[in-house]
Amino acid sequence: MIYLDYQATTPLAPEAFAAMEPWLKDGFANPHSAHAAGRAAAAAVEFARDQIAALLPKGGRVIFTSGATEAINLAIMGCGLPVAAAATEHAAVLDIVEYLDGRTFPVDIAGLICPETQSSGSLDGHGLIAIMLVNNEIGTIQPIAELAGAAHAKGNLFLCDAVQAFGRMPIPDGPDMIAISAHKIHGPKGIGALWVRDGVALTPQMLGGGQEQGMRSGTLSPALCAGFGAAAKLAAERMDADAMHVSALWDRAASAFADWTINGSMAHRYKGNLNIRRDGVDAARLISECRNIAFSAGSACASGSGRPSHVLRALGLTDAQAKSSIRLGFGRYTTAEEIDMAADAINRSAEAML
Amino acid sequence: MNYPIYLDHNATTPCAEEVIAAMLPYFGTHFGNAASKNHPYGWEAEQAVEEARESIAQLIGAKSKELIFTSGATESINLAIKGVFDLFPGQRQHYITCQTEHKAVLDTFAQLEQAGAEVTYLPVNSAGEIDLNELEAQVRDHTKMICLMWANNETGVIQPMAEIADIVRANGGILFADCSQSAGKLPLPDADVMCVSAHKLGGPPGMGALLVRNLGLLTPTGGQEQGYRRGTENLPAAIGFATALDAGFAWVEKAVRLRELLDAEVTASGGVVVAEASNRLATIGSYRMPGVAASSQLINFDMAGIAVSAGSACSSGTLKTSHVLGAMGWDERSASEVVRVSFGADTSESDIARFLDVWRNIVIRAKAA
Repeated sequence: MIYLDYQATTPLAPEAFAAMEPWLKDGFANPHSAHAAGRAAAAAVEFARDQIAALLPKGGRVIFTSGATEAINLAIMGCGLPVAAAATEHAAVLDIVEYLDGRTFPVDIAGLICPETQSSGSLDGHGLIAIMLVNNEIGTIQPIAELAGAAHAKGNLFLCDAVQAFGRMPIPDGPDMIAISAHKIHGPKGIGALWVRDGVALTPQMLGGGQEQGMRSGTLSPALCAGFGAAAKLAAERMDADAMHVSALWDRAASAFADWTINGSMAHRYKGNLNIRRDGVDAARLISECRNIAFSAGSACASGSGRPSHVLRALGLTDAQAKSSIRLGFGRYTTAEEIDMAADAINRSAEAML
Repeated sequence: MNYPIYLDHNATTPCAEEVIAAMLPYFGTHFGNAASKNHPYGWEAEQAVEEARESIAQLIGAKSKELIFTSGATESINLAIKGVFDLFPGQRQHYITCQTEHKAVLDTFAQLEQAGAEVTYLPVNSAGEIDLNELEAQVRDHTKMICLMWANNETGVIQPMAEIADIVRANGGILFADCSQSAGKLPLPDADVMCVSAHKLGGPPGMGALLVRNLGLLTPTGGQEQGYRRGTENLPAAIGFATALDAGFAWVEKAVRLRELLDAEVTASGGVVVAEASNRLATIGSYRMPGVAASSQLINFDMAGIAVSAGSACSSGTLKTSHVLGAMGWDERSASEVVRVSFGADTSESDIARFLDVWRNIVIRAKAA
C-alpha cells in the first residue's frame, strides 16, 4: 500500500512518538497539578510550547487546542469581528464564515489572491480576514506577509491557517493569529495550536478550569504536547532536507504525469502537493480502481460528499474538470519508487478510461 | 525522576499497560484520517473509531449513535450547555445547576447568564447534598436544563441522581449529569445528556465523550461526529478510551476498604473527614488537618514522594480556597486546611499506610512548632 495522502494526515515520526512515550507511561500526571509529578508534566508542556514557538513569529504566544479546527474556531469566534475569507479556504474556516454571514473573495486561476482583490472584495475595516498559507488541495502558497499588510492597512486583523505550511517553510511575519495542527507534520492527532500576537484580545470559547492563560480550558495532554513539540523541532531541523526530498519527488511525479494538467500555481506551490486533472478521467472511479494507492480527490473532510471540490471550482474549473482531478500528497517518508509505482498504476487505469 | 506514590487519581489517571499497547498500532501503521473515505488508511481508521465507539457505548450502557467523541469533559460540557441554549434563540431560558459543580459548568453558565439566560445555583447542605424539594420548587415552565454532577470531584459526594431524574421527568427540562468522576465506577444514571472523560478512568488525556440520548436536544454544528463536532478524530485516544473502560472497575471494591482505613486513621490522629456521613464515591477522600495549611501539607507530602492535591487540579494554580467547601459552609480557614486523596486501580494498602505515616508526622511537627 502506497500512502499519497499527506495533506489528509501524516505518519507519526518515530522521534515524535519517542518524545510522547514517557508521558504516556510514568509521567502521566495532570500538568495543572501542583505536586512534583504535575510540575514535571507542566515542564514538558512548556518545553513543547517553546519548540513550537521557535517556528513562529516573535511577539506572540502559543495556545494549545485539540487541533486546527478548534484553533480556527477560537480565532474567528473569539475575536468577535465580521469575517471575510478566500473562497479556497478549508471547510473549517468557510463553515464559520457562512455561519457568521461573512464574505468570501475570489482567487485567480492559480489560486492566488492579490491584495487589491482582498481589500476591494471584502471588509472596510474592523474585521478579520482569513487566508491560508498553503492550500490543502492545490498547494498554492499565498503571499501572506503582503496580504496581512493590506489587511492591516484597512484596519483589519489577519488570521493565517498555516496547517499545511507549518514546519515545511518559514512562517511569514504579519498575521495576528496562526492556526497549526500536529498530525499534518508527523505529530500526533488530537492536538493543534493557535498562535496569537501579543495584544490581540480573544474571548475564550471553551470555559472551565482556565488553563492556557484562560484562553482554553481543559486538561492538556503532556504526551500530545511533547509529540507536537518534537515533531516541530524535527521539522525545523529537517526543513531544507525535507524540502529537497519533496522537490525531487515532485519533479519525478510531474514528469510521470506529463499528460495531465496541473491544477493551481506552478511557481507559488508547496511541492508536496500535486493536484492534476485529465479530461475523460473519472476521479472517483480511478481512486477505487487503484486499490494499492491511497490518494484522494480533495480534502479528507469532504471526501465522502461526492461534491466537486469548492477549491477547484473557485479556480474557475468546470464541474467536469473538478471531477476528473486527483490530489497526490507526499512527503518525508515517501520514496521515489513509490512515486514511480503509483504513477504507473494511476496512468494505466486512467488510460483505460479514455 | 523518582515517581511518587500517586494519590491524585481525580486529577488524572495513569494509562494501564494494555491501554498503551492497544494505542500503539494507531501511533504507527494505522495512522489514517478517519474522514478519508477514499482509501484503506481512512477506512481502517474509521472502522477503528466506530468499533471504539461501539465498545464504549456497550461498556457504559448506551447506544453507539448516542456518543459524540470530544477532546475531553470540558469540551463536552461546553458543547452540551451551549448546544441546548442555542436551540432557543431569543427565548426566555432558565437553567438549574449547583454551587459545587466543576468550573467547566459554572463558567459556562456564567457566560449564558451574560447572554440573557436565568441560572439558579442550588445551595448544598453541610453534607454537600442538594435539597430535592428546593430543586423541584425551582423548576419553571421555561427551565431548559438541570445540570448536576453525579460524584463531586473534590469531595466524592454523590447526588441522588435517581430521585433527581424523577423530579426532572415530572416537571420538565433536560437532565445533564456530569459523570467525569463517576463513569465506570458507578452505572450511568437515567439522564438525557452525560459527559465522560477518558483520562479520569484510565484512558489518555485529550479524549472525552458526550452522551446524548436524543441528538435533537442539541444544536448541530456540522462536521464529524454525526454533525456535532468538527475536527479530525483522535483515533489512538478513542482506542485507549475503549480499552480503559474494558479493563473494568472491579478494583473499586478494594477502594472501599482503603477509604475506610484512611477515614478511621485520619480521624484518630485529629483530622476531619469531609462529608463523612454522606454517600461518597469510594475512590476519594478529603481530609482537614486542623491548624496546618494545605499548601504546607502539600509541600511535605511532595517531599515525601506522595502526590495528593488541595481541591481540583484545574484550580490548583490559583490558591483560592475551594468553592465546593465554601458552599458546604466551611469557613475559609478550615477549607484551606483540606487535602484530597484519590485512588486508582493500582493503589495499595501500603500506599495508604505511607500516606498516613507522613500525615501523622506533619501533625506531630505542627504540634511541636
